[in-house]
Amino acid sequence: MPGSAAFIQFENVSKAFGTAKVVDALDLHVGQGEFVSLLGPSGSGKTTLLMMLAGFEAPTGGAIHVDGKRVERLPPYKRDMGVVFQNYALFPHMTVAENIAFPLKMRGVGKAEREARVTRALDLVQLGHLQDRKPAQLSGGQQQRIALSRSIVYEPKVVLMDEPLSALDKQLREHMQLEIRELHRKLGLTVIFVTHDQGEALTMSDRVAVLNRGKIEQLDTPSGLYDRPRTRFVAEFIGETNLLAGTVSARTDGVATVVLANGGSISCAAPDGFAIGSPALVSIRPEMLHLGNDPAVLNALPVTVEDDVYHGDHVRVHLSCQGQRLVAKAGRRDVVLPVGSQAFASFNRDDCTLVAP
Amino acid sequence: MTIARLKASLLVLPLIVFLGLFFIWPLWMMIATSVQGGTVRLAFPATAVAIAQWNGDGLPSPDVQAALIQDLRAEVVQEVFGDAVRSLNSQQAGFRTLLPRTMTALRNAGADATPKLERIDPRWSQPSFWLALKRGMPAYTDANLLAAVDLKRGDDGTIAHVAPDMAVNRAIMLRTFIIAAQVTLACAAIGLPFAMLAASLGGWKRNFLLLAVLLPLWTSLLVRTAAWMILLQDQGLINQILKALGLIDASLPLIYNRTGVLIAMTHVLLPFMVLPIYASLIAIPRNLMPAAAALGARPWQAFRHVLLPLAMPGLLSGSLLVFMVALGYYITPALTGGAGDQMISSVIAFYATGTANWGMAGALGLFLLVPTTLLYIVYGRLSRTPLGQA
Amino acid sequence: MASFKQVIGSAGLAAGLVLSALGAASARDLTVVSWGGNYQDAQRKIYFKPFAEKTGKPVLDESWDGGVGVVQAKVKAGVPNWDAVQVEADELAIGCADGIYEKIDWAKLGGKDKFLDSAVSDCGVGAIVWSTMLSYDSDKLKTAPTSWADFWDTKKFPGKRALRRGPKYALEFALMADGVAAKDVYATLRAAGGIDRAFKKLDEIKGDMIWWESGAQPLQLLKSGQVVMTSAYNGRITGINKTEGTKFKTVWPGSIYAVDSWVILKGSPNKDAAMDFIAFASLPENQSKLPQDIAYGLPNKAAAAAVPADLAADLPTSPANLSGAISIDIDFWNDNIEDLTKRFNAWLGK
Repeated sequence: MPGSAAFIQFENVSKAFGTAKVVDALDLHVGQGEFVSLLGPSGSGKTTLLMMLAGFEAPTGGAIHVDGKRVERLPPYKRDMGVVFQNYALFPHMTVAENIAFPLKMRGVGKAEREARVTRALDLVQLGHLQDRKPAQLSGGQQQRIALSRSIVYEPKVVLMDEPLSALDKQLREHMQLEIRELHRKLGLTVIFVTHDQGEALTMSDRVAVLNRGKIEQLDTPSGLYDRPRTRFVAEFIGETNLLAGTVSARTDGVATVVLANGGSISCAAPDGFAIGSPALVSIRPEMLHLGNDPAVLNALPVTVEDDVYHGDHVRVHLSCQGQRLVAKAGRRDVVLPVGSQAFASFNRDDCTLVAP
Repeated sequence: MTIARLKASLLVLPLIVFLGLFFIWPLWMMIATSVQGGTVRLAFPATAVAIAQWNGDGLPSPDVQAALIQDLRAEVVQEVFGDAVRSLNSQQAGFRTLLPRTMTALRNAGADATPKLERIDPRWSQPSFWLALKRGMPAYTDANLLAAVDLKRGDDGTIAHVAPDMAVNRAIMLRTFIIAAQVTLACAAIGLPFAMLAASLGGWKRNFLLLAVLLPLWTSLLVRTAAWMILLQDQGLINQILKALGLIDASLPLIYNRTGVLIAMTHVLLPFMVLPIYASLIAIPRNLMPAAAALGARPWQAFRHVLLPLAMPGLLSGSLLVFMVALGYYITPALTGGAGDQMISSVIAFYATGTANWGMAGALGLFLLVPTTLLYIVYGRLSRTPLGQA
Repeated sequence: MASFKQVIGSAGLAAGLVLSALGAASARDLTVVSWGGNYQDAQRKIYFKPFAEKTGKPVLDESWDGGVGVVQAKVKAGVPNWDAVQVEADELAIGCADGIYEKIDWAKLGGKDKFLDSAVSDCGVGAIVWSTMLSYDSDKLKTAPTSWADFWDTKKFPGKRALRRGPKYALEFALMADGVAAKDVYATLRAAGGIDRAFKKLDEIKGDMIWWESGAQPLQLLKSGQVVMTSAYNGRITGINKTEGTKFKTVWPGSIYAVDSWVILKGSPNKDAAMDFIAFASLPENQSKLPQDIAYGLPNKAAAAAVPADLAADLPTSPANLSGAISIDIDFWNDNIEDLTKRFNAWLGK
């Protein structure tokens, strides 16, 4: 995690529209040079958070610091942040070069330097040959790259991106994700990236903040979020998971024994908390479930194969475990059990985690 | 041409017929009327032949007089005679009474008598009447076009300025364009912020603003003018309020002068400015202004560099609309203006309805039409330059 | 909305062409056209409705603002959509010379000698006699002005004044103010230097003038105190005194009266009905009712004689009011209106 000092700080920030609380007493620290995604369903407050940082919305409570300065009362044009909007927001009456020169002009940068920096910024996104076109003459991907280079040409402290790739098709989107990552690395930018696409968030970010109902459910690295979800919401929102309800019956440091509701007992890695007797959900990612015939292995659940669905690189096996439906992902080299057969699904202690119900 | 194209052109046929019947034909008639002479020759055929021999010096020969007497005695369609009288009187005041009087006298004198024309009316001894008669003979005339710009044919046939105390059309024409320009500026100055406000609001507030600006269009001219009188006159509401506030001691002259004309015309023409600007403003993507702010533009810079250029097509068409409609105004300036605020349309109306002098009305209309058309062409060129997404 | 009116007007003209061609075969109801307002309300009550009841056929009425070009355009368009029209004296003279009116059948009217001389013409029958005169608000002006010289006297009567915009009336009043006797006004205008003299006199009060355009304006100007004196139409003055209780007064000496006439547009499909209507509106028993509603003089001598004395006192035709008044000289104006309007407009703009 580069730049461990908190460069952007949200302290107890709230935003209410009328009686509706969109952001609720939220804390968030982002280090300099970090790429942080705000991920959540629509209405979770992620865009509002970004708008407050950019200066288009004023928080109803709390403080926002950027680089040690309180900014929440500053107008947008004094915040010196790059913003990339969902629909690019290029100025239709200006050429590509004029669009990119705009923030420099607003800052009183002289003409010669302006031109030099515009050329550099265009080269960065490899669109130098389009500088005299109007935005309407460009493709979506080209427009997005122009918007991107416009937002970084004046070397802002922070670049904010509001679902910048949502209007692009899948292939272009994946290409642009890589390009943005590369720019981030090359220029050492601090990026706050709003998206509702978890794949995008996991691919691009140093850390991801999962938002739900105005609060951060979990702020973690992509692998931390995936492998160690801390709430049921995160477990279900990020990727796919199997959840087994039970009660903690014993625990040692980092490992808990959970008695499942349908009998059976499971040994599972557990974060702090989850004292003996407290209810818990065991979360197991489908690719961590192994199917076999040996009931003696650790964490073996008796299952019936309901369906095998072929997905090319893997097979999804739908299972039924005493009335509960589970999903397993079988690799191409694994033995695929026929539908209707009885088997045992097992998983390692370290491949599962406990989340609060 | 394929059948499909033929069918397509049939579809626009009603439009072409409509344009031809209601636009091109009247326009052509107007131009034709302004240069057509010929009625004098039609009413006085013998005179036309005889007067062609006269060189214009002094009084014409007795032959010409005899020819005129012959023409005046002959039966002629009364309307042709009326048209001839009108066009002659327009060039030389007095023909209006002179010709009917002479005609009546000749007919009363009997067919055999050979009366002297100057005995019937002494004006026949003035060469200017005979000259006007001679000059009225050709089938086409530039007299109306010249008179429309305060020129005339001198006695020697060359183009000359009319007497200064009769030179009025150029001044009124110029004034018309100045007033129209002033109204356009005023409408732009009020209309742009107004449209920006309306576009920034939503729901009933926006509808209320748009309704308010449209209201004068649906109000009768007299009601509107009466309202302005109540507001603007010396004892009117505005002056009384300003006096009560102690801001002024004597009433401000707000009506029966240019101020009154500008206020009243701006009021009624404002929708022609607001609506096009409003239309271009709401077409601007919502996130452009936030984007400008985020990129470091202060509010006025964002206005100057982003909003204004994007509203410019609306501002231009609004200005053109207001300007062209304003050029045709005459009742409002006549009711709210002072001595120096008469506009060219009132002069055109005077000739068209007041004296049925269609030639002069057409000629003046032409001088109003030509600059307007040029302006429209310039605008067409301007608006064709691609402005972003347009 | 002048231009709008013009557009509608020219479109209407063209549409009228088409419609009149279509409508020539089908019968149109008798259409009578007058000046609108209170005057036409009164006419509707005493002429239009009773005539419709008597004949059992509907009478349509429309109003207009005058202008010989308007009627000429209608006649030239083919079959006109108006029949009987009330016109001003100059429109009567020009239109009659141009042949756009039908000839009047004086036998139907009981002979020319039943009417004032100025109300008799080949093409028209006098309908009313009306005056343009000096008017003021006696509530506001304690010293009564008595002549056009007073109108010009800005020391004795400080404040703005108003006249109708245009040379007609303004030149006559200016000469009277300059000491020309009313009866010599037109001779002076025709004589060399007469017009210059009138304009020179107008120069004196140019800075104190408001120029009105429509007949309702002078009333409003007087009422609001915007002007101390104005020229105005006599019928309007007595009308507003009656309806709004104002105390506007008029100065009869130096007033200029004129006759409005009924004409029938040439080619009218209802020519006979129109003639019958004009005869009906000229009957003494009908015409004598008009002064009850509006103070206009009556051209039918018997009708004028039947008006009660208190009403007659307000009419331009009463002998007391006629002394010092003159009739408008239509010949002079028809010859000179174009040139003098040009000169007047040039003078205004200077």
